[in-house]
Amino acid sequence: MKPVKRKPTRPIVKKPVKHDTRQTRTAGGNFVDKLHAYRDHHAHALFSSLGRLVATPFTSIMTIAVLAISIALASGFYIMVINVQQLTANLESSNQISLFLKDDVTDEEAADLAGNIRKNPSVQTVKVISKEQALTEFKTYSGFGAAINLLEKNPLPIVLQVLPKNALQDKQELDSLFKTVEKFDEVDYAQIDMQWVERLHSIVEVARCATTLFSVMIGIGILFIIGNTIRLELHNRRDEVMIAKLVGATNSFIQRPFLYTGFWIGFISGVSAWFIDAILMLILRQPVEKLSGLYEGELHLIFLSFTETIELLIISSLLGVISSWAVLLVQLRHTRPE
Amino acid sequence: MLKFDNVSKRYPETGDVLHNVSFHLQQGEIAFLTGHSGAGKTTLLKLIAVMERCTRGEIFLDSQCLSHVKERQLPFLRRKMGFIYQDYKLLADRTVFDNVALPLAIAGFGHLEIKRRVRASLDKVGLLGKERKFPQALSGGEQQRVGIARAVVNKPPLIVADEPTGNLDPELSAEIMLLFEQFQQVGVTVLIASHDISLISQMNHRVLKLDHGQLVL
Ligand SMILES: Nc1ncnc2c1ncn2[C@@H]1O[C@H](COP(=O)(O)OP(=O)(O)O)[C@@H](O)[C@H]1O
Ligand SMILES: [Mg+2]
Repeated sequence: MKPVKRKPTRPIVKKPVKHDTRQTRTAGGNFVDKLHAYRDHHAHALFSSLGRLVATPFTSIMTIAVLAISIALASGFYIMVINVQQLTANLESSNQISLFLKDDVTDEEAADLAGNIRKNPSVQTVKVISKEQALTEFKTYSGFGAAINLLEKNPLPIVLQVLPKNALQDKQELDSLFKTVEKFDEVDYAQIDMQWVERLHSIVEVARCATTLFSVMIGIGILFIIGNTIRLELHNRRDEVMIAKLVGATNSFIQRPFLYTGFWIGFISGVSAWFIDAILMLILRQPVEKLSGLYEGELHLIFLSFTETIELLIISSLLGVISSWAVLLVQLRHTRPE
Repeated sequence: MLKFDNVSKRYPETGDVLHNVSFHLQQGEIAFLTGHSGAGKTTLLKLIAVMERCTRGEIFLDSQCLSHVKERQLPFLRRKMGFIYQDYKLLADRTVFDNVALPLAIAGFGHLEIKRRVRASLDKVGLLGKERKFPQALSGGEQQRVGIARAVVNKPPLIVADEPTGNLDPELSAEIMLLFEQFQQVGVTVLIASHDISLISQMNHRVLKLDHGQLVL
């Protein structure tokens, strides 16, 4: 560790008392007092701007409702995308080849074929789903149970699910395995599940991109809505602004309550949007749980995480502050005292 | 203290409103600015507040040249002046206390200091019991005194009043004038625009007379 160089202790020079009193008279006390006063002033501006919103409940609720619904829409889309995304992420592990066997293939022949395929070095396991198994599964999950009971003959084929080793690291290996197993006589139709997983992935990617664009659009809309609200507020409090200017208020002093108003509008809208999303999720939970049954329980709804919630609140508050700031920058320049 | 040096003001719509105005107010002096309606009294006061800028000439407050003050320095300049208006310019939704406290809050005083000074200032204009009232609940004379309390609460070296007694009866007007004389006695410079000749003649102070934008003696 380096030795810390010490500055030679300077003799404390006392400021002349005369100077201190002068400062007290013109600038309102010492530095600490001023700092406290500054903090008090901020706190006052913070709560009085909230008080103003509460004092005009109808206007405030109208504005905040519009904003909250817009934010809830954008974040709702986001939630939808992350849910679909986690669903497809789970599907990735089920990359496998399904072999639908011809109708006349018997269970024994199917078992033989499965054993045959298992010998292939790039195959991990082969699962045989008999016609009966397939039918039971289908009856349980599809809801067509009664209708299927009416059928004379089981229409479902035997399926072999071939799971490759080192699942899908190598696409070529999978392809060649596919070509090999596809050629067996018993096989009616073969399909790599990955193909539709991949398709789903790109659909989700498009949805994700669209959600981002959509959110940006909503964000811009919110900027305009809050900006206009602040402009009206500034107009309503024009006298106050004028008088404050005449008694020596700086622009930042005048701006402060309006910036806080913008902050509150954004923040409260963000919180409301979160609750709207939460309610939508509660409503969707039951149907999704039913759907989850069809996917063998792999589907669980996810909601905004703690971090994402904080991000949502920060973004909506920032939108409020930024749009207020931009409006004030333009408007205060044109407000000259009369 | 306040010096006008060949000041002219031209509005594009109305032409020259002030023409070569020169005068010098000493510290602790009271002066009346008088003249017919439309003579340019309000315009002259607006130049002092830098609500308007003069077209020609220079205005000095102490050694500071007002014509060259930058926009961002204006707030700090205005804190050195107390303005009083005919229409009081009070905030209707704030109490008397908060109205008077505004210049102090703006200057960044702590709330104990604000409380002390506001009470002292309200005491001076005789409104100490009315801190919690709203301006609407006060008479015209009381509202004007709130305006005065606000103008002096920051202890500015210069007080500027535009027709401060315009809406008041002669008795109240005389009271208000007495207040201004009290401020003068503690070294404050006071400039009062008024066309109330009888009031002005009762008092023995310097008179600046404007006639169509020109200072006449
Ligand atoms: N903002 C302005 N734009 C154009 N002309 C103005 C403006 N303000 C005042 N004037 C003109 O300047 C003249 C003097 O006005 P003012 O200073 O208000 O007079 P006073 O206060 O002495 O009655 C008037 O003729 C008025 O029309
Ligand atoms: Mg006038």
